[in-house]
Amino acid sequence: MAVAIKPRIKLDKKEARKGDIVEVKALVAHIMENGQRKDAQGQIIPRKILNKFTCTVAGKPVFEADFEPAISANPYIQFKFRASESGPVVLTWTDDDGSTIVGEESITVT
Amino acid sequence: MRALHRRDVLAGAGALVFGSVAAVPARANNAQDLVKAFAGGRPATDAKVKLDLPEIAENGNTVPMTVSVESPMTEASYVAEVLVVGDGNPNGAIVTFRFTPASGVAEASTRIRLAQTQNVTAIAKMNDGSLFMATRPVKVTIGGCGG
Repeated sequence: MAVAIKPRIKLDKKEARKGDIVEVKALVAHIMENGQRKDAQGQIIPRKILNKFTCTVAGKPVFEADFEPAISANPYIQFKFRASESGPVVLTWTDDDGSTIVGEESITVT
Repeated sequence: MRALHRRDVLAGAGALVFGSVAAVPARANNAQDLVKAFAGGRPATDAKVKLDLPEIAENGNTVPMTVSVESPMTEASYVAEVLVVGDGNPNGAIVTFRFTPASGVAEASTRIRLAQTQNVTAIAKMNDGSLFMATRPVKVTIGGCGG
């Protein structure tokens, strides 16, 4: 699982005017093991989920989410931000084991 | 408490096996406690929050959910945090969204797991501490707990 997972990220526009609302959709492949299931031997499969999601635009935090085991496998997240300056749109997911999955897009604000 | 819990688990398992839409009454998990802790004992008004969920979820493993909160989203007035809980999952907490004025719009979507038919509640905390909420019942045909 430690191999680089490439998240799929889509912005509804790559160029925006200052003040425009930009929509971000992101999907990342992850089992989101909820810690409730049992294997064939009746042993509980330990929880392993992405528990935190953050998004920064041009270095400034715009949106965050805390995921619980009740988030579906291959978590999908959609949110918006108000365009204010050009820069990278960085999405970071944090795993229970502390590793992170990072995806990046960019936005140009005119 | 313990007996009640076991019975509900069995009922949930029955629904899984027979695929019936047995309306299991929502059991007491920690959802209420989470809402109380989030609200800090203050009352939440049933307004401003829109919770979009299907009335009937065929597959509880992945139920699309959108939460939006009416707010100008300016430095002076914005939605800080939204907690989503379900009263029929093993754990009440589903997701917490945190917005900033730079969010522009307080709206977020994801896909959630629902173990059984239950009520889903979204409670929003504004930057001034005021609270708003919305609750939606969702019928779940196949539970999303993975057995």
